[in-house]
Amino acid sequence: MIAESAIREPLVTGGKTVHDVTEDISGRVEEKPAKSWLLAMAISLALLAVGGYAVGRLVWDGIGMWGLNKTVGWAWDITNFVWWVGIGHAGTLISAILLLFRQRWRMSINRAAEAMTIFAVICAAMFPVLHMGRPWLGFYWALPLPNTFGSLWVNFNSPLLWDVFAISTYFSVSLVFWYIGLIPDFATIRDRATNKISAAVYGTLSFGWDGAAKTWSRYETVALVLAGLATPLVLSVHTIVSFDFATSVIPGWHTTIFPPYFVAGAIFSGFAMVLTLLIITRRVYKLEDYITIQHIELMNIVIIITGSIVGIAYITEFFIAWYSGVEAEQYAFINRATGPYWWAYASMMTCNVISPQLFWSKKIRTNIAATFVISIIVNIGMWFERFVIIVTSLHRDYIPSSWAMFYPKWADVGVYLFTFGLFFTLFFAFAKFFPVINMAEVKSIIKATGEKKKA
Amino acid sequence: MKETKKYWKGLEQLKNSAEFQEQANKEFPEYLPINDGEDPSRRDFLKLMGFGIAAVSLAACETPVKKAIPYVKKPESVDPTLPNYYASTYVSGSDYCSVLVKTREGRPIKLEGNKLSTISGGGTTPQVEASVLSLYDQERLQDPTIDGNKASWEEIDAAISKELATANGKVTLVSNSIASPSTQASINSLVEKYGATHVSYDQVSFSGMLNAYETAFGSRMMPHHDFSKAKTIVSFGADFLGTWPNRTANNKQFASTRKLSKSKQDMSRLYSFESNLSLTGSNADYRTPIKPSQEGLYVANLYNAVASKLGAATVNVAKIEDDAVLMKAAGDLVKSKGASIVASGSNDANVQLMVIAINGLLGVYGTAIDATKAVNLRKGDDAAFASFVKGLNAGTVSGVIFYNCNPVYDHAQGAEIATGLEKAQFAISTSDRTDETSSLAKYVAPDHHFLESWNDFEPVTGFYSLSQPAIRNIFNTRQAQQSFLTWSGDNTSYYDFVRANWNTNVFAKANTVEYFNFDSFWDKCLHDGVFEAPTDAASSEYAVELPKVASAIAKAYSANNTGLELALYVNNSVGEGMQANNPWLQEMPDPITKATWDNYLTVSPKQAAEWGIELGDMSTQMVTFTANGKTADIPVLPQPGQAYNTVGLAVGYGRTNAGKVADGVGINAYQFASLANGAVSMTATSGVSAEPNGKPYQIAQTQTHQTYMGRETVIQETLLSEYKKDNQAGRHFPKIATADGPKKPYAVSLWKGHEYPNHHWGMMIDLNSCTGCGSCTIACQTENNIPVVGKAEVLNRREMHWLRIDRYYSSDSTKEDGYKAMEVAAENPEVTFQPMMCQQCNNAPCETVCPVAATTHSSEGLNQMTYNRCIGTRYCANNCPYKVRRFNWFKYHDNKQFDKNLSMNNDLGKMVLNPDVTVRARGVMEKCTFCVQRIQAGKLEAKREGVRPGDEVTSACASSCPSEALVFGDMKNPNSKISQMLKIKQNEKSVTAEEDRAYHVLEELRVMPNVWYLTKVRNKDLESKTEKAEA
Repeated sequence: MIAESAIREPLVTGGKTVHDVTEDISGRVEEKPAKSWLLAMAISLALLAVGGYAVGRLVWDGIGMWGLNKTVGWAWDITNFVWWVGIGHAGTLISAILLLFRQRWRMSINRAAEAMTIFAVICAAMFPVLHMGRPWLGFYWALPLPNTFGSLWVNFNSPLLWDVFAISTYFSVSLVFWYIGLIPDFATIRDRATNKISAAVYGTLSFGWDGAAKTWSRYETVALVLAGLATPLVLSVHTIVSFDFATSVIPGWHTTIFPPYFVAGAIFSGFAMVLTLLIITRRVYKLEDYITIQHIELMNIVIIITGSIVGIAYITEFFIAWYSGVEAEQYAFINRATGPYWWAYASMMTCNVISPQLFWSKKIRTNIAATFVISIIVNIGMWFERFVIIVTSLHRDYIPSSWAMFYPKWADVGVYLFTFGLFFTLFFAFAKFFPVINMAEVKSIIKATGEKKKA
Repeated sequence: MKETKKYWKGLEQLKNSAEFQEQANKEFPEYLPINDGEDPSRRDFLKLMGFGIAAVSLAACETPVKKAIPYVKKPESVDPTLPNYYASTYVSGSDYCSVLVKTREGRPIKLEGNKLSTISGGGTTPQVEASVLSLYDQERLQDPTIDGNKASWEEIDAAISKELATANGKVTLVSNSIASPSTQASINSLVEKYGATHVSYDQVSFSGMLNAYETAFGSRMMPHHDFSKAKTIVSFGADFLGTWPNRTANNKQFASTRKLSKSKQDMSRLYSFESNLSLTGSNADYRTPIKPSQEGLYVANLYNAVASKLGAATVNVAKIEDDAVLMKAAGDLVKSKGASIVASGSNDANVQLMVIAINGLLGVYGTAIDATKAVNLRKGDDAAFASFVKGLNAGTVSGVIFYNCNPVYDHAQGAEIATGLEKAQFAISTSDRTDETSSLAKYVAPDHHFLESWNDFEPVTGFYSLSQPAIRNIFNTRQAQQSFLTWSGDNTSYYDFVRANWNTNVFAKANTVEYFNFDSFWDKCLHDGVFEAPTDAASSEYAVELPKVASAIAKAYSANNTGLELALYVNNSVGEGMQANNPWLQEMPDPITKATWDNYLTVSPKQAAEWGIELGDMSTQMVTFTANGKTADIPVLPQPGQAYNTVGLAVGYGRTNAGKVADGVGINAYQFASLANGAVSMTATSGVSAEPNGKPYQIAQTQTHQTYMGRETVIQETLLSEYKKDNQAGRHFPKIATADGPKKPYAVSLWKGHEYPNHHWGMMIDLNSCTGCGSCTIACQTENNIPVVGKAEVLNRREMHWLRIDRYYSSDSTKEDGYKAMEVAAENPEVTFQPMMCQQCNNAPCETVCPVAATTHSSEGLNQMTYNRCIGTRYCANNCPYKVRRFNWFKYHDNKQFDKNLSMNNDLGKMVLNPDVTVRARGVMEKCTFCVQRIQAGKLEAKREGVRPGDEVTSACASSCPSEALVFGDMKNPNSKISQMLKIKQNEKSVTAEEDRAYHVLEELRVMPNVWYLTKVRNKDLESKTEKAEA
């Protein structure tokens, strides 16, 4: 057991006992769905249905349903892809890197963060498939599978192929990591089950967990091994996503700064999304004692840091464009800031660089309402960042005759909504049927910090 | 006892010779001669046949063959998969071009210029290229009609003969200019039989010029201009590159004076004075925007300037104030006396007479202009036509025959003809469709398409060409000349008629030593498509009554008209509107405005701003426009180079009865033309007004950014004087900074490069001789089955053209003024055309990014696109620095949404598709292939002949180019034209061009394209630039 200084603020407040933890968390799974939950789920499913229509039309009629054109070949599709992948960064960072660094405050947020990661990656993975002209072939032709086309192989030079590997690896590792963590909690719910169905379902899900010391030992070892595996992935996924742009020849894309800048941006947006979701969950499920102001503050600090990194990266890009002496490069950046898409650039700068700086004030970063608003602003900003990179670079590149504008059509919006519907449907299902906080781990921190109860 | 008995398979085994042992283990010890030996045996034949039958029946089980019609008797010379070429002649309205028709399995699928014709010069125009699709237009009339009801030819012949006999002496035959001697003869026989009259008109009248030559030279004609002989050309609104008859030749001749090389360091100079920015004006070295009301004065002032320099008498007209350019032009004209051409597009005979006087002073007749050779493509007589219309309305004309013309739509008096026709007893039309005129005619006897017809032409005196059918008539149509013969009671077939006509008239001019008899002469002419008879020496006798002409000009023109003026023009895509139902032409970007599917008022940007109209991203506003007493709402397109206080409007649009493609596109501009002094005037100098009405409108343009932003890696240009000093003038040499100092981009690489063992295809594009006409765009569309997407999709910026012509205007601003200022074109800009297609990079950025290796590099330097493998990520298009890749956003074939894409949406239209090129599926990327199918065909042919492929292997674009600005060839072949012109040096894995003007667009990216551009050189004096800066 970890020795904890008596003067350190407790990670779980309210003097929760081990039993309280089980009651608080399992109770949510066991009780009847609340009206608010039903309403939220209904809205999500409605979004999913509306978005599903857009997806259907897109696949049935063609990519022309989107607003893309001969000059701008990617816009909302890849913007959304990168945005969702970025959001999916926080979960693994919280569970893996913070685990390795023994940041125990992560214990009450890692479950939800990981779930968010997985759902976000699922949403992200929609776009590489949907943006293809022929997804019915592309979804498996992009994989290095043995085939009868004269053994036609994929092109290992292509960053898109690297994406396929990066995203699929990341998704599998995150999923396994998340699921392993869920097993002891599933077992708890199974043991408390009062009806046969949940006993059977959670019994199956818990893989016959017996709570023996040896099982716990294996569990911890696997967690550590997976954390070790997942840590480089946190850096690699967005690095590789950034290669889609960095290895190209398009001014505004062809930039060596992209990998660190993208990773920082991903963590930035991921933490913001975790905050958005947790602030709601905490309120609805009355988990204020588990997800405390301290958690929120710590995450806000991560946001200040990554937001500042991103801000510096923006400025560095401008400097390098000037310093390189490359005309097209210089134009690309001037055009970003002052061209027809200046408003997107201005939104990005305001949301990503200016708004997180407010968190230097302790008052703001410990204010839940302010955090909630800023966390949404940050994600709007990060969406614009990808939009700015993709669209404003493409729309005016080398040959002025081909310069063009991109205007979204209803299907662009529709498919984006589809991923929102998908994400929230999955998240609400998770929040209802899965324990949203890792009970087993949290119990390990209340022993040290829950002394107050006796006093 | 041990078994020792042994069985032999034969004596060979018993002998066990060495030969036997060698073959013992082979399954077939004897040599199998299948497909290899010189003399296949009967058994092999049976084996192969057996296999063939089995394979064919198996294949038949899987894919049912639909609608394939086998040849019961295979026609001689028609081999499946092999194309046949027939020499023929394109004709549409008054336009002409000598062509080769490519047929596949009996279907014409492509027209190529006839290189043997010195008259059309071997190039084509967009209308020529597109006309093959009009052959397969479902909306052509499929049967003769009486009162709109289907009739048989016997019925209609009987009815018409009766009508003609009753109306004897009161019949008029209306046509466009007829350049065909035999057609004229067939018309004459009809005219003689019924005492009819024949009037002809041209959509854009040349009556003024014709009358002027009648006055000055005594014969009513347009003389043959030879621009290749001109060192100085001054054009007053004469768009000889864009709309004049026989413009393929004009382009070729003009371009030949613009080409530069080590041995030819000089070029012609072109001055242009015009209201609208025309193709000619955009190729001019000096262009001055003038108003139509000033044109006569400018011509007269030029006359005075030239006359005073040459010591001739001047005339008395008002002096032009700002005459610096005019004086300069006069100086150049006099300097190159004898090799100067002054031309005017005016339909005012007095202006044309003044032009004749200038040309006469300059001694051009007999050198660059040959007044003994008439261009028979423009013969229309406005006065005769006007009196016909008068007669029609007065009821003195009882019957009208419209021979392939549509004056109700395309003549200034169209409305009067329409009302007049009600008074006539009957009207007959030979139109191919129920158009604006034929819908008012009682009888429609539809003519064949020219590709179904026999015919002959004499486009220029002494130069003949033949037209032969390349396909049997698709519908129940009959050649109009045949109808004329039938109606005049002559039962000979038109084919025999043409032959007889040639036997008597043309054969006489041939060198009889060369030809055995008429048949051999005919065969040779039919094979070549052309026959050129020796012509008389040129005469230079003329007479112009100058004072009279000058006073007429002084009266009719003024230097300071304050009102708005209109100048109608013909654009180089839809042209005069005959082929308006051709979607390839509708979607072809206008060479100047880059707009498709519309006509609009071109207005100077200054004026548009005064009207409160700004061109957004293809969004503009309408004005309520009035001219010639007619009013309409027309969208405005701010057009740099447009003379202030003038507006331009293209004819050829606003069809109401042409078909589903053309109907309702734009507005009919012919209604704004008017009759002035008996001549049809395409300009209006009074009574013109435009009121902004704030109605929003969208014009679908394929290019919305007008300047090249000073990017020297894209456009490299210089002045002739600089070029003469240093042939590399204007070149831009980017350098890459490395640890060892700045280096040429090609010296730095991560890549190993490709090997090109045999061929290395490349293209050279001379920016100096490209006139921007756009033939290549349509040639490419025809050759490569490129879909038409319609206006809405062009607005979405999804046109599919593999080859586009980028048109850049100069800007008065430089980088110091900021990028925003550089986006604004100069008020009267210099224009640069840059054909842009896949650059076939040797180090292609598209190839590395495709996840499925659908785009790869060939061993011949081609960047190949495998449609079947493409999954449509569009990463290649994003990473293409030239933005030449095109994506199939929708399914463009067999899709009601794209029913204007005629070549892919009905069975008849599909006949035009090139069977060598895949029709692409939805969701795949496509782009220029350097016409890989033509390369393969050329290689196969060369292999069969046992030679190395030469310059006969060429792309569709290069083949169509009238100015020979595009040169395609094998850079590995030191004797090819491209290797010679570019002075290609072979390295191990790359090629370099030692020609000083040759450059790669975006050289700094080191993508190493196989397309080379030659710098644009303007024949402008240096001081004019500084003058401009001061101004």
